[in-house]
Amino acid sequence: MTGKTKGFECTRATMVVLTQNNIDTDQIIPARYLTTTVREGMGELLFYDWRRDGEGNLRDDCPLNTPEAARAGVLVAGSNFGCGSSREHAPWALGDFGFKAILSTDFADIFRANCLKNGLLPVAISAEVYECLVANPDARITIDLEKQELRYGNDGMCAFKIDSFSRQCMLEGIDELDFLLSHQDAIDAFEAGQP
Amino acid sequence: MAPRSLFDKVWENHQVVPETADHPAVLYIDLHLIHEVTTPQAFDVLRARGLAVRRTDRIFATIDHSTPTGAPGADGSRPYGSDANRHQVEEMEKNCREHGIELHGWDSPLRGIVHVAGPESGRVHPGMTIVCGDSHTATHGAFGALAFGIGTTEVGHVLASQCLLQRRPKRMAVTIDGALAPGVSAKDMILAIIAKTGIHGGVGHVIEYRGEAVRALTMESRMTLCNMSIEAGARAGMVAPDDVTISWLRPHMSDMPEADFKRRAEAWLQLKGDDGAVFEKEVIIDAGAIAPMVTWGTNPGTAIGVDQPVPAADNDDDRQALEYMGIEAGKPLLGLPVKTVFIGSCTNGRLPDLEQVAAVLKGRSVHPGLRMLVVPGSEQTKRDAEAMGLDKIFMEAGAEWREAGCSMCLSMNGDIAPRGEVIVSTSNRNFVGRQGPGARTILASPATAAAAAVTGCVTDPRRLMGDSQ
Ligand code: SF4
Repeated sequence: MTGKTKGFECTRATMVVLTQNNIDTDQIIPARYLTTTVREGMGELLFYDWRRDGEGNLRDDCPLNTPEAARAGVLVAGSNFGCGSSREHAPWALGDFGFKAILSTDFADIFRANCLKNGLLPVAISAEVYECLVANPDARITIDLEKQELRYGNDGMCAFKIDSFSRQCMLEGIDELDFLLSHQDAIDAFEAGQP
Repeated sequence: MAPRSLFDKVWENHQVVPETADHPAVLYIDLHLIHEVTTPQAFDVLRARGLAVRRTDRIFATIDHSTPTGAPGADGSRPYGSDANRHQVEEMEKNCREHGIELHGWDSPLRGIVHVAGPESGRVHPGMTIVCGDSHTATHGAFGALAFGIGTTEVGHVLASQCLLQRRPKRMAVTIDGALAPGVSAKDMILAIIAKTGIHGGVGHVIEYRGEAVRALTMESRMTLCNMSIEAGARAGMVAPDDVTISWLRPHMSDMPEADFKRRAEAWLQLKGDDGAVFEKEVIIDAGAIAPMVTWGTNPGTAIGVDQPVPAADNDDDRQALEYMGIEAGKPLLGLPVKTVFIGSCTNGRLPDLEQVAAVLKGRSVHPGLRMLVVPGSEQTKRDAEAMGLDKIFMEAGAEWREAGCSMCLSMNGDIAPRGEVIVSTSNRNFVGRQGPGARTILASPATAAAAAVTGCVTDPRRLMGDSQ
């Protein structure tokens, strides 16, 4: 599953900026679309109630509905992005829409873990970098996951941190489940020691 | 050895492989709760890779989110909200059958919201690690278990290996001293805590709730408290087991011989944090100062005392929230017209919650034009409530008494609140559109929600308590 994330790449990507704080997973994908039993095609449903009016027509005042947004690789959002439910449908929808990375000052725990398992990079940035991106929404973004470096605009640059294991998994396309199953013996031994 | 917290002990007891700089810990999972929404794609992965479920005996499986709450037809058919709802439940039935997992489906007396039915099944015990593809898994921390929500990929990991890869979280102590005033409940307590910590105050932490006011809570109230830990940003909340825990568990584990139960109970009572255990973060709250709480905004951190004025908006997020809610800053919510009241969810869908609602409704009527849904958290809760005659009190008052399930907590089964109208809800999230596109949710305790149902507006429940006609 995580195999498809091999060789994370994000070079001179454009971005969509949503300045709201605390964007919860009910906004990212409304609960009524969680009835799906597959992972595919969820980009259509991303931010459904933000992107569409009561009749289901695309709104022209939503930054996610521009032709540029359709090509954007990076989403920049206010703090505490992805709070609320554990639904992995949120990163599935973001990834299917075309985003490779989400930039925010901080993320909700489960959402961040879910992103990393789906090749979607949650990059925590400082308030200053965030402000700078909000002020320059046309800036191009390049993310070097190996070096944990974010470059933006003409000369903006900052470091970020991704858990070393998650980084390796993403860079080398290591499947976490394979890693877990490689500890089969230790799991057997642990179970044998259970009362 | 350095003093350890309750969390430290449970964590360390379950490390199959300790974490290093290079990789997270391999953590053993004692109990895996599964439901129809967050599992189908995990079973697909197992199928694609030809993997079996490692421990079917460590799974509690049920259906709750997509299930209709309308009564079954004469032929037993269920009035599903949509074909997609039906399909999702059928997929769950198929996946469980295929992997030899016992499913507490339509015909099981133990079916219900996974966080209500799980404990009722008697399988949630102190000291366990418990996970579920659901953020409110924190509920089970009420028993002194380490319980947290995971995503669907991780559900697959646990199905295949009974383990998870996890970095050790930080510890946060929330101490609630003193005693709750009459008419104030665990729901008000947790809303007051979130109002204080903020909705990301707990990010990266496991909360341990302690103090006099926590000790005084029933198990159901402790579940309400731990349930909303995620609304403070924490993945888990825990309460150390004590006599309240043991007394609750005994009848729920009636199959276990007395001697065996006693032995386990003794071990469970040892399970608590050492004096001097370190917490990275600490919050102290005075229970006596907590009033019945209501939310004015679009996240659970916007709770205020029901008699307190709505604060002035000083940023765009708050301005947008007030506009969405149709609420003005500067005065209390008291008197705000309410069109729908929802009683239920894994936060407040248990028997004592329903009893509190019945106490307010008894001898009174639901306000004309207001729709009130009472949705028991589980089949067991439904039967217990009916045995006590609570269903009659609800129906005589003019409320709807429904089948068990998540229902209007997230409105994915067709139970939807109308656009633009105010709903007072005992659930846990007041996010924009959570209970239906455009619906305006006010979170509150069962008593406060019941009071709103009677008066048709936001009301201080203490006005109606202890003096039913
Ligand atoms: S009742 Fe609500 S919060 Fe609880 S499990 Fe169901 S949908 Fe989730």
